[in-house]
Amino acid sequence: MGPVALLTVVVLAVFVGFEVVSKVTSKLHTPLMSGANAIHGIILVGAIIVAGRASDPWVLGIALLAVVLATVNLVGGFVVTDRMLEMFSAHKRAGTPARTGAGTAGGIAGDGRSGNGSSGGGAGEGR
Amino acid sequence: MSLLGPEWTALLYLAAAVCFILALKGLSSPRTARRGNAIGAAGALLAVVTVFFSARLDNIPLILAAVAVGSAIAVPVARRVQMTQMPQLVALFNGVGGGAAALVAVLELGHNEDPWVRLAVVFTMLVGAVSFAGSAVTVGKLQELISTRPLLFPGMPSVMGAVLLGAVISGALVVLTGSFGWSLALLGFGLAAGLLLVLPVGGADVPIVISLLNAFTGLAVAASGVVLGNVLLLVAGTLVGASGTILTKAMASAMGRGVAGILFGAFKGGSTAGSTAVSDRPVRCSSPEDVAVQLGYAQRVVIVPGYGLAVAQGQHTVAELATALEARGVEVVFAIHPVAGRMPGHMNVLLAEADVPYESLRELAEINPEFANTDIALVVGANDVVNPAAKTSPGSPIYGMPILEVVQAQQVVFLKRSMRPGFAGIENELLHDPKTSLLFGDAKDSLSRVLGAVKAL
Repeated sequence: MGPVALLTVVVLAVFVGFEVVSKVTSKLHTPLMSGANAIHGIILVGAIIVAGRASDPWVLGIALLAVVLATVNLVGGFVVTDRMLEMFSAHKRAGTPARTGAGTAGGIAGDGRSGNGSSGGGAGEGR
Repeated sequence: MSLLGPEWTALLYLAAAVCFILALKGLSSPRTARRGNAIGAAGALLAVVTVFFSARLDNIPLILAAVAVGSAIAVPVARRVQMTQMPQLVALFNGVGGGAAALVAVLELGHNEDPWVRLAVVFTMLVGAVSFAGSAVTVGKLQELISTRPLLFPGMPSVMGAVLLGAVISGALVVLTGSFGWSLALLGFGLAAGLLLVLPVGGADVPIVISLLNAFTGLAVAASGVVLGNVLLLVAGTLVGASGTILTKAMASAMGRGVAGILFGAFKGGSTAGSTAVSDRPVRCSSPEDVAVQLGYAQRVVIVPGYGLAVAQGQHTVAELATALEARGVEVVFAIHPVAGRMPGHMNVLLAEADVPYESLRELAEINPEFANTDIALVVGANDVVNPAAKTSPGSPIYGMPILEVVQAQQVVFLKRSMRPGFAGIENELLHDPKTSLLFGDAKDSLSRVLGAVKAL
């Protein structure tokens, strides 16, 4: 892509970014920050590309460290955001017995450790 | 493994970018927030799968192992963290994301001769390093591993100036020569700048800084998209940078602060520095039984929960107390300050966890006119958010912050751990007001004793 095309993309993305969060209520500030935080974990894609063309062991080592860090950001970010939001949505189901966040969170445990990139990334919302 | 063509790759990345936009949109409204988050996660999953099929990658087993390690670290931590400690965790995730972006940029330096791309490398490294080091400091402050008070030393502005100058010079040298050595120097300057940026920030302003650093990491990721020629990284990073900036402004205005004032206020002479002195002026102490009588025979009680409640894990007990009072015909509502807890919206999360009905929660603008008709304002583990100094003393560090005007209520009861000033380190005149009484102790403990006494009425 040429520089002008890139700039076009950036400018449009800036406006979209401003627009989508412009009227958010203060009680959603925390989950929104956490969700946006998870989204920039997509640097994982960059880390994977760099690790995938590394030949020098040092370069590979640093790239794999970047993969680990980015995965923590991406997967952890979506999981913790979901936990927060789960507590909000628990109230909509009127009449359900009182239950603690720790108890409900237990339901989405599980396959986060499967040794596969794709299911690792999806474990957070996987239910 | 058969590879996707560039068009297919671009289309799948576009789909992932649309998922991220829908995620942010969904997160902006309570009804759609959870679905929004799930859409974002699905977009991320799509993008990660796509990258494995879009280019010929070596080391795939090692990469998958690294992803597994990252997930194995992140998932248990994210699932087990106490909701009170969630701000630290968000800051931590943000920091490692910034660190990953900086590392990616360093490794890409050798592949690029184009000065514009090198400039993007320099930007990614610098901003990523600032975000990493800054986030580490915010985690330390929120965990109270380091002082929550602004940390300053003489000559700090000059040191900051020198660090920034060093960053500009080493950055320019990296652009001109592509030197790996200078890029390490640039990383060092970035880390130092991150430390110096956040250390002087007072505890009460830390959440805003987390949000700002979140936007920074977004920008670093966007720049890494230019470095790698990857449009998805560019779009996702820019989205987070832009929305994070708006969110930072919204949070700052909920606290009545300017972002520049928070970051540079301390440099201009410690304006956010409060006092640690424990006042020895007299206060009226109360017993759980007295508090129970006050509450049990009131018509209208407003409960103001603060971080102390969260730390003591008292949100379930306070919910029980509210139920017990309502059973006696007392009208009970919760007044939620926008920054109650440690982050905007944090207290809503905590009370939701304790199953307090959504209808009982009142926002600041709604509840303030009602305090005059309130018999008792019960302040549990909050301090700064009800401190009248925010309205009355222009010299105070929190002057201008919107507060809950519990001072208007007929009587005020504070449940407090001690006379120690709050997170912002400022003394609260309201504690010495004749209509105020105090019950000292751990919030949960005090609440259960009051609850017992109410039930015995």
